[in-house]
This record gives sequence, C-alpha cells and structure tokens, in this order.
Amino acid sequence: MSVSALSRPRVAARRRQASRVPPTVVAAFAVLAVVLSWSLVPGLFTDQDPARGVPADKFQAPSLAHLFGTDHLGRDLFARVVHGTSSSVTSALVAVGIGVLVGGLIGLVAGFVGGWVDSVLARLVDVLLAIPSFLLAVVVVSSLGFETINAAIATGVSAVGVFARVMRSEVLKTRRAVFVEASYLQGGSRWHILVRHVLPNASRSVLMLAVLQFGLSILIIAGLAFLGYGDPPPASDWGLLISIGKDYPLAQWLVYAPALVTIATVLSVNRISRWLRKTD
Amino acid sequence: MAPQDRLTPLLRVEGLSVSYGDTRVVTDVSFDLGRGESLALIGESGSGKSTIARAVLRLGTGRASGLVEFDGHDVLALPERRFRPLRGRRIGFVPQDPGTALNPVRTVGSQAREAAALLDEPGGHEDLVLETFARVGLDDPRRVYDSYPHQLSGGMLQRVLIGLTVLPRPALIVADEPTSALDVTIQKRILDLLSDLRRDLDISLLLITHDLAIAAERADSLVVLKDGVVREAGPTAEVFSAPASEYTRGLHADVPALNPDRYLSLRSVPVPGERPKIEVRGVTKSFTVDGRSLVAVDDVSFSVPAGTTHALVGESGSGKTTTIRLLLGLEEPDRGAISVAGEEVAGRSHASLRSLRRHLQLVYQNPFTSLDPTWTVKRLVGESLDRYRIGTRRERADRVREALDSVGLAENLLSRKPSALSGGQRQRVALARALVLRPDVIVLDEPTSALDVSVQAGIVEVLLALQAELGLTYVFVSHDLALVRQLAHTVSVMRQGRIVESGEVGALFDDPRQPYTRALVDSIPVGAGTVAGGVS
Repeated sequence: MSVSALSRPRVAARRRQASRVPPTVVAAFAVLAVVLSWSLVPGLFTDQDPARGVPADKFQAPSLAHLFGTDHLGRDLFARVVHGTSSSVTSALVAVGIGVLVGGLIGLVAGFVGGWVDSVLARLVDVLLAIPSFLLAVVVVSSLGFETINAAIATGVSAVGVFARVMRSEVLKTRRAVFVEASYLQGGSRWHILVRHVLPNASRSVLMLAVLQFGLSILIIAGLAFLGYGDPPPASDWGLLISIGKDYPLAQWLVYAPALVTIATVLSVNRISRWLRKTD
Repeated sequence: MAPQDRLTPLLRVEGLSVSYGDTRVVTDVSFDLGRGESLALIGESGSGKSTIARAVLRLGTGRASGLVEFDGHDVLALPERRFRPLRGRRIGFVPQDPGTALNPVRTVGSQAREAAALLDEPGGHEDLVLETFARVGLDDPRRVYDSYPHQLSGGMLQRVLIGLTVLPRPALIVADEPTSALDVTIQKRILDLLSDLRRDLDISLLLITHDLAIAAERADSLVVLKDGVVREAGPTAEVFSAPASEYTRGLHADVPALNPDRYLSLRSVPVPGERPKIEVRGVTKSFTVDGRSLVAVDDVSFSVPAGTTHALVGESGSGKTTTIRLLLGLEEPDRGAISVAGEEVAGRSHASLRSLRRHLQLVYQNPFTSLDPTWTVKRLVGESLDRYRIGTRRERADRVREALDSVGLAENLLSRKPSALSGGQRQRVALARALVLRPDVIVLDEPTSALDVSVQAGIVEVLLALQAELGLTYVFVSHDLALVRQLAHTVSVMRQGRIVESGEVGALFDDPRQPYTRALVDSIPVGAGTVAGGVS
C-alpha cells in the first residue's frame, strides 16, 4: 500500500533521531554510573578506611595521595564521600519508592474509582501538598528518631502528594481514552483495564517524575543530614560531610568536595529526566 | 483587464524544492496559475501539497529553493520586510480548520477589524467588515461581528475566514483543504462561495485538496502530487477524463463519488425473507446538558437483514453515534427496544451484555486513538480471545494470525506497536481485533474518515470480501454519502436525532423523496462533467 511505503522512511528517521543522544546526557549517565558504583562497591575506588584517621595527616589539601584532602582527624575525605554514597543514594531510592508506591496507588484509586473516594483522597493530597515538604520531613524525622532511614521515609512521605496528583490526572486522561472503551467492548473487566491499559499508559509521566524526584530527594536528605536529622558521625552522608566541613573555614575543600559531588549528581539526574521527557 | 495581462501568469512556480533537515519533501515542482484562474494541488497525506502552499506564502519552516514568482515578485528572494505587504493583502490564505484559526478570547469583529486595517483606508472599517460578512453569505452580520468564535458553527467560521481573506481584495487565495473539517452540505456551500467570489472579484484560487472530485469540480487545471513529485499536470478536463499516469488513474478509481458502482460485484446479495439480524424499534435517548434536556435520538427505528450492510447517514450532531452506542449497550435508551440476533440489548446486566458482545463488535473512527499505544499488535488483536478464554494458547495465536491475514496484514507486524504502523495498517488492526471473535455483527463508526482515499478503498475491499465470505452484518455510520452508496444495501438518513428517510440504497440515491436527502445527495462532488457550465 502506498501509505505504508510512504511512512516507513519517516519511522526510520524518527528512530535515527531517537538514537542520537546529546553529549550532555551521555555525561549525565556517566556521572550517575560512577555514583552508583561508588554506592555498590566502594572498596574498588578507595582502599582507605573512612572512619580511621591518621592524626598527623590532618587538614591536608587535595593531592594525589588524598584526592579530596583530609579532615580534622586526618581521615581521607574521598574515602568518606565514596563510602557515604551508599546511604545517600539508597535513602533517596527509598524516598522515591515510598512516593511512587503510596502516591501512585492513591492517585490510581482516586482517578479510577472517582466519586466520593476521589473527593476524599484529592482533599487529603491537597492537605499534604499544602505543608512545605522540608518542614513535613523534619516533623516526621523528629517523631520517628534521628536516623538516615527515617529521613528517607520522611522525604518519601512528603513526596506522596506530588505523585498522587500526577498519577490521578494521568489516570483520568487515560480512562476516557477510546482504546479503554474498546478494551471494555472486547470483554475486559475493570481490573483488567486498570492494570493492563490505564496503568502502563499513566505510569510514563510518573516514571519521569520519579527520576526528577530522585534528584530532589538526594538534596532533601542531604539537607536533613546537614541539620543533623540523619545518622550521627562517624557516618559520612554527603549532607553530614558538608555540615562538618563548614566548621573549618580554612579547609574549604571539606565543604567543596562533598557539595560538588552532590550538585553533579542532582544535575545529572535532572538532565536525564528532561531528556526522557523529550524523547517520547 | 488587458489581454496581455492574462498571458503572464499571476503565480509561477518553477523547480520548487523544499526540504526539512535532510529530508526532501518537495522535489522540482513547477506550475503556472493565471489571473482569475483556479488550480488544484491534489495528493494524499504526505504528498507535500501543504508544504508547497506554505512555500508560496513563505510561512514554511523548511528550506525552499527554486523560483516562486507572484505578480512579478520573486517570493523566495524578497526580504521579509518587503514580502509582508503582499501576504494578507495580495495573497490571502484560508486555513483547513476554522475552529483553531481565530483567537477564542476576542470577538470575531475585533479580529476582522485588524484585517480591514491592512487596507490603509481611514475609518469605516466596521461597515466594511459587515458588508464583507454579508457578501460571504452570513445572514446576520451584526450578530457574527459581536460573537466570539465558539458561538459560531464551523461553517460560519469558515465563511468569516473567507470573508477576512477577500476583504483586502487579494489577487490570489490559497485555500488549504478549506472544507475537510466541515459537513458535506456545508462543504458544497463553502466551495460555491469560493467559486462565486473568484468569478465576481476576479481572484485566482490555489486549492489544496485530497479529494479529486472536488478538485475536478472547482479547478481549471490540476496538479497531481505524490511524495513531493508532480505525477501529472494539465487542464482539468484532460487530467480528469483521460488520466495519463497510473497514479492518477488509481486515485480516480478510489474516489467513491466518481465510481458509485465500483463494488457492485463484490457486494453480497442479501437472501430475501431472512429474519432481521438487528431490530431497532422506536428508540429514544435524551441527555441533560446545562440543565436542559436534549433529545439526541428521537423515535428511531430500523432493521437490518443478516448478511447485509445498513448505513446511518447524517451530518455531525444528527444522532448517528448515539444510535450505535445504544445498539452496543454503551448507553441505555429512554424508550424503545433494540434486539440483536433475537436477543434484547437494552436493560441487560453487565455479565449478559458481555456475552452478547461476543457477537457484536465495534470499529472506531480514529485508529490513532482506538489502539493502546503501549500494546503490540499481537496483544491488541488477541485481547478479546484472552478475555473470553477461548481455546489454548496456541489456538489463540493461530486465530490472531488468521484474523490479521484476513484483513491483509503480514505476520511480521505482530510484534509492532501502533506507533510503528501507518493509518491504514492501524485501522486494519482494529478491524482484525473486531473479527477475531468471529462476531455476526460489526458496527463501523466512520471507519475510513481519518484515512486517505486509496487506503479507504483498500479497507472497503476487505470489508466487502469478509462480508461475502463470513456473512457478516454491518452497521455502517458515515457522513460520506458516496462511500455509503458504494457499499451499503440499505440506508437511513438521520437529521436532528430523527430518521428522515430510509430505504434501499440505489432507490434512495436515484430518487430521494425528502428535500433534506436531496440536498445531501446533491452535495456529493462528482467532478467536472456536471458543474463545468456553471463555473466558466
């Protein structure tokens, strides 16, 4: 058929365009790959103990022996950043996981069931969104106890509202789609339509939001750690490292090194999220 | 106008090529358009016809090379500052969809005054606008002037836009599918209006259309495009009655209006005396909109014998879609009864409706929205088999393949997603999905209106072959009377929720009794032969 012949080169062109990844995105993926391997196998990147210092070597500026320098106890800062990655990244993942699961579920039920269930859940989400997320996280950590995992849970709870709202609007949009009615005519039950049609179509934007939220969660958890709401020393969460570093204005690398790592990670995540949104 | 003026063409396009990035969409296109003449660019979607129009108006974003000469000006070489006085004043543009061409938050009048202000004549703009509105056949110019776009119908908006286009008395109007978003009767009136204005005001018309019948009826010469290349060009009478290229011949054969009896041999012969497969008796349905009750379907009755096609015809808002939704049990009628294969549809429980639907399937109008974009063809077609738990896994896979085969799709498409299919392929997938349960009745809701004519012809052939082979009963909803005439056995004409006339297709088309039916039949464009006298 003439039209199929016509559209084939177009489809091919689209594929070619999609496969062309901008260099900044490649860089962002590289940064994330490094960060992820730090969190999985920190031992591969540094052989120094993050908790044991050599007092004689304290406050050494960055050099080949100590890439990020050393702190007031003579501990290698690079080793501390690398070993702190695991808890910083994992806690961000936990936070996003809570947001996606709980928020997604609320949004899905609200959008699909509709009626008074939707009204109640939507108002609940409104209340949640009305409280500044950082403040909410602080309140939650204060009641659960000062630990990194609690900071992660708190961050996740504060993100529930955003995920619920996005999921709900996507579900509302998909539920009215013609192909959903078509599936109903094919003998699909409500459950089948919800799981097989509505969820996959609605989850696309939720996943993009999840990537964005991952970056944001790293920031919030670092912020909480900075304020002392995370694990106490000698843990080496990025936020905690910055917090300790600020006490020594003469050794500025103590702030710069973990701060730059945090910034690079968050920027990379945001760049990837934006790229995902563009590539449809 | 002086005779030598007539000799130099108003618009001359020579060796025009346009590319977007690395992709060339228009290659070496040439044509002339004389003063007061009309020329139609014909082609299917993707043929580059709109790109050419945009190049003439310098609205395109693509890279254009070649020569476009308008009234002695080299359009492509002119700096934007010097071209701007031409666009809008000397070259007018009528867009495809009048619904999106006007600013929705300002009144029609305030936007019309802008166009009038281009004239450089001091004062009196309002009178001029009202006068123009009257000229383009708007009954109450004052009301239109004070209205917002959403308060006017599509036909009225298109009249407004044509009015705004002719207001500065341009020498050339470029009309890009000016009627494809409108109903048939309105389409005829808009095209008549363009023809009249052209004659009275001596305006040249560059008409862009996918419909060969419209082009032949309205244009002096035709340019047939495919893949951005001119396949054939020349005076309408020549190209239309004796097409030289294979492509134009095919295009000609695929236009339903020009070949009412094309599928006569393919069309199944109904067995007389058989019990009707579908019976709709006195069905009424009303909706409540803004607190007011609106009767969408009013006392509609028809019956369809098994193995035949019944068409529901009408303009938008005539209640066709509500009728088929009632038929499928997607809505409950207020009154009346519907039975399919002897079983009542109305008032059934969800579970029993579900078992009824095994024998009653629907093909939607737009294949771009009716297929889940995240599913593969294999899953889409097999969905109902899985839902009804028919056969083993292997049997289901076989039946999916069988269904795809019967609509003429190759097996290698099984793992593709809808986005990797063309419009025609998608509609075939939708048809295969309806067929896979082996239903007796398929309801087709304008199944080809989103597709090109050649693709449409392919789908129609598949439909008729399946009907002959499997004895399917179709309910075919359409606003395209020519297409209905080609494939239906019986037809009901709907207007404002009521059936105004129904009967056997041939009789109804040859001898319509109701004035409305006659108006509908008359509005089918049938090419040059019948109207040539009126235009020249």
